[in-house]
Amino acid sequence: MLNADTRDPAALPRLLLTLLALALLWPGLRLSELNPGVLLQAENRQQMGGFVSAFWPPAHDADFLSLLSEATLQTLAVATAGMALALLLAVPASLLASRALSLRAASRGGRPGLWSRVLRMPVRGLLVFLRSVPEIVWALLFVRAVGLGPTAGVLAIAITYAGMLGKVYAEIFESVDQRPAHALLQSGSGRLMAFFYGILPGAAAEVVSYTVYRWECAVRASVVMGFVGAGGLGQQIDLSMRMFAGAEVASMLLAFLGLVMLADLLSRVLRGRLA
Amino acid sequence: MTIHLHGAGLRHGQVRALDAVSLRIDKGERVAIIGPSGAGKSSLLHLMATAVQPSAGRLELLGEQPWVLSSRARQRLRARVGLVHQAPPLPPRQRVITAVLAGRLGQWGTVRGLLNLVYPSDVPGARQALAELGLADKLFVQCGQLSGGQLQRVGIARALYQRPEVLLADEPVSAMDPVLADHSLALLNRHAQDNGVTLVASLHAVDLALAHFSRVIGIREGQVAFDCPAQAVTESLLDALYANEQLASPPTPGPTLTVQIPRC
Amino acid sequence: MSRLINVLVIVAILCAVVASFGYLELDMASVIGNGGLAQMGEYAHRFLRPDLSTDHLKAVGQGALETLAMSGLGTLLAMVLGLLLALPAAGRFGWPLQAAARMVLNALRAIPELVWAALTVLAAGLGPNAGTLALALHTAGVLGRLFAEALENAPPEPAAAIRLAGGSQAAAFCFGTLPNLWPQLLAYSLYRWENNIRMASVLGFVGAGGLGQMLYTTLSLFQEAQASTVIIGMLVLVLLVDAFSDVLRQRYVRA
Repeated sequence: MLNADTRDPAALPRLLLTLLALALLWPGLRLSELNPGVLLQAENRQQMGGFVSAFWPPAHDADFLSLLSEATLQTLAVATAGMALALLLAVPASLLASRALSLRAASRGGRPGLWSRVLRMPVRGLLVFLRSVPEIVWALLFVRAVGLGPTAGVLAIAITYAGMLGKVYAEIFESVDQRPAHALLQSGSGRLMAFFYGILPGAAAEVVSYTVYRWECAVRASVVMGFVGAGGLGQQIDLSMRMFAGAEVASMLLAFLGLVMLADLLSRVLRGRLA
Repeated sequence: MTIHLHGAGLRHGQVRALDAVSLRIDKGERVAIIGPSGAGKSSLLHLMATAVQPSAGRLELLGEQPWVLSSRARQRLRARVGLVHQAPPLPPRQRVITAVLAGRLGQWGTVRGLLNLVYPSDVPGARQALAELGLADKLFVQCGQLSGGQLQRVGIARALYQRPEVLLADEPVSAMDPVLADHSLALLNRHAQDNGVTLVASLHAVDLALAHFSRVIGIREGQVAFDCPAQAVTESLLDALYANEQLASPPTPGPTLTVQIPRC
Repeated sequence: MSRLINVLVIVAILCAVVASFGYLELDMASVIGNGGLAQMGEYAHRFLRPDLSTDHLKAVGQGALETLAMSGLGTLLAMVLGLLLALPAAGRFGWPLQAAARMVLNALRAIPELVWAALTVLAAGLGPNAGTLALALHTAGVLGRLFAEALENAPPEPAAAIRLAGGSQAAAFCFGTLPNLWPQLLAYSLYRWENNIRMASVLGFVGAGGLGQMLYTTLSLFQEAQASTVIIGMLVLVLLVDAFSDVLRQRYVRA
């Protein structure tokens, strides 16, 4: 039984993997034109340094501050309104897409039949499509469609987050204990009632927690969307950057950091309270 | 004189793990340490291995005072001492071969050490260390897939592969069946005798200790209760060592009173 | 009492939602009514016939590879940088370095990728190099913080045992701590790669190359057919990366 070979069986796979990684690295480096050295070149350093040095002191005249607070409120409003719309779309979609409410599954101990899966696929596919396209692409499209301003941001968040929330809700519904819902379905209750009495009690905490977390992400996303014209803090940062107004950019970045921290705090408080 | 403890004490916060322990162990001796649970056997071994610094007293190891040395010199000293842990500290996803070869990390340079992480450089050596413990076929298995007894044997193999001058074993056979435990202890003793290694092992099973080791030290409540050759260990010494007032036998029931309730 | 507070919280949230709509003066009626919906429908309709000519497909393919390279190398760089910063940030080199490293990591991750991209475009000029660097810098902050937390929670026994046998600090880390940590590090990195492939598309908007830049140009020139091909390319790329990362996760992360 003791074979006398001294070779490590993992040696060959490791070698092949390393060679593969190196083989992929070379074209990767060429395609991305990676050159970290540019950050250290003198003239570039000067340019960056000049830009960054204008950051101090951050702009704090009264006019600018009122503009800043308006932009911040707008960002918050875009995120909240967008999430509200997203929920409107996501909740019915998740109910449709979730296998938790499948009548076939209820009578087969949780395994949905072929038709169950097939008929749910369009809804699931739609949700995946909505979330796979980056939200900023949606923002760009909506800006072209409805013009500059926060409306585009609200619609973009609504669409993308509907996809994200819908898919995750469907998965949460499928991951809680299915037996209460199955029992209700088998005793003849409607699917919606089976959901409210059987699935929701177990899933509520996780659903609320995830939704609040996503709201926090939406706040950051709406800032990013502002860069393509969807209003709020992001649009102002973009404008100031184009004008090389370093001081204004600095204040706005600080406001952004403050906003993110506030959203994080609110998110933790709400999750502690409601979930 | 390989290990010399002079009035050594060890405190863990408020608890006195060891209290004024004085021992001398010479080169090539094979010593067993026995005692009740919580007596301080592990603490004593860790103290001797320089894993913890004594809070009182002095430790001399291989002719040096480890806690007076610089950190680098202490590392070099530690490479000459092998400690077999009670619960082998092996990452579950690490393969047995890498775990065993890690024994000589103290003697290899950084480059060779890192190289062994991706490609084991001494498969025959590791295989030999494992073969004596009956684990040669588990060479390329992940540690997380082994049983408790197998893991302990890998820990012993690592310590043997290290080829230390002093081998300290903390409950090395606690998870093994009696036959395997006997075999492993015999192996350790043979290795120590053949290579002039000083062996100190703490054991729960008194009969194993008496069977394999020539000198037995009894520890109770952090102090040395007795220190004598194996033949001189008597029943009364063992009773005194393991006496535990809290484990009183249940009171024998007195005569029960039966009451006849007349039925009307 | 706690129930009352819960109800108040929910009422507050509903008020906030209504206030948001009001503040934005979102006239959904004007967006949807007044032929607004028809306008959007017509705009969407222009996307339904993507340009599938060979030339354009080749350009989209090239852009996709560029985006893939940007996100992959950016994440890889971030892993290395993040691990280097995580070691001091977990307290391995003393308190002052820990505070400094944590500050650097917080700065790196607080600034969103787009802002980093604007800075790197300034320094490195237009093109995918700026995008890769921006992604690397931001992700290094995120991964560094996650790595530091994982490092702090890792069991110290294996490394301590190797130190006790005379091994150096580096050897103790590599043989004792890293094997336990590696699956977690890989899982975090794969998750960030999935995120970065989406961000890489976006960074193109500020000139950092790849599919994002193509999309921005085609949309600005009102070339909806070409833009729709680019969006399809983005979708395919995202789905591929998600699937590949899932495979890697199954193989190396789950034990």
